[in-house]
Amino acid sequence: MFTTALVAILIAMSLALARALLGPTVYDRILAINAFGTKTVLFIAVLGFFNGRPEFLDIALVYALINFVGTVAVLRFMHYPAEIFQSDNDGGGS
Amino acid sequence: MNFELIIDVVLLALLVATAIGIASLRQLFPVAMLAGIYSLLSACFFVLMDAVDVAFTEAAVGAGMVTVLFLATFALTSRTELPTRPRRRQAALIAVFLTGALLMLATRDMPHFAAADAPIHSHPLYERYTVTSNEEIAVPNVVTSVLASYRGYDTLGEVTVIFTAGIAVWMLLAGRSRRNKSAKGMQH
Repeated sequence: MFTTALVAILIAMSLALARALLGPTVYDRILAINAFGTKTVLFIAVLGFFNGRPEFLDIALVYALINFVGTVAVLRFMHYPAEIFQSDNDGGGS
Repeated sequence: MNFELIIDVVLLALLVATAIGIASLRQLFPVAMLAGIYSLLSACFFVLMDAVDVAFTEAAVGAGMVTVLFLATFALTSRTELPTRPRRRQAALIAVFLTGALLMLATRDMPHFAAADAPIHSHPLYERYTVTSNEEIAVPNVVTSVLASYRGYDTLGEVTVIFTAGIAVWMLLAGRSRRNKSAKGMQH
C-alpha cells in the first residue's frame, strides 16, 4: 500500500517539476513549487511508514510550515513593480 | 530490483532535470523557484539516507530562506542573466566535469552506506562521543554536545563569521535606503 502511495507521489512530483520547468507564467512556477513542497511533506510522511519508523511525521509537519511561510514570503515580493511578469513572457520557458 | 533503489534513481533523475533547467534558463525568477525545488528534492534524498537533521536544515535554509534572499536580491539588482562568451562557457563546463570526476573518484575511498566497519564506528572517539559525553555534558543529543561543547570554540568562530557578514549586509542595505530617503527629501 505504501509502495503504491510512494510511486504516486513520485509521479506527482515529476508532474509538478514539469510545470515548474515549462510554466509560461510566473504564477505557474509559484504554484508548482508550492505543490512540490506539499509532495515533499507527503513523501517524508509516507516514507516514515514505509520504513516502519513513523517518528519522522512531526518533521513532515514542520516542512509543511516552512512551505507555507516560503510561499507567503514569495507572494509578498510580488508587491514589487510588475517587471518580473513582463520579462517572464519573452522566452521564459526556453 | 530493490524498491528503495528505484526511489533513489527517480529522485536523482528529477534532481538532474532541475539542474539542467536551472542552467538553461536566462530569467532569474524561475531559476529561484527551481532552486527551491532542487533543495526540496535534496531534502527528500537526505531523509531517504536517514540524515533527517541534514534534510531539515536543507529544507529550511535552501527552500525557505535562500529563495526569499534571491527574490530580495532581484528586487535590488537585475532579474535577467547576461549571456556569457562561448569560450568561457566551455572552460566552465570542463572545470565542472573535472571536479565531478574527481569527486566520483573520491567516493571510491568512502566506506559503503551503513557499513558496520566504517571509521565512524571503529574510531576511538566514537565511544567518547556516544557514551561518555552523556556523563560529561549531560546533553542527550550527541550532535548538540559535540557542536556546543567539544568544538565550542570552532562554533563560536563560525557564529562570529555569520554575525559579521550579517552586520555588513545590513549596513550596506541600510545605507542604501537612507540615501534614497534623503534624495527624496531633496526633491520636496
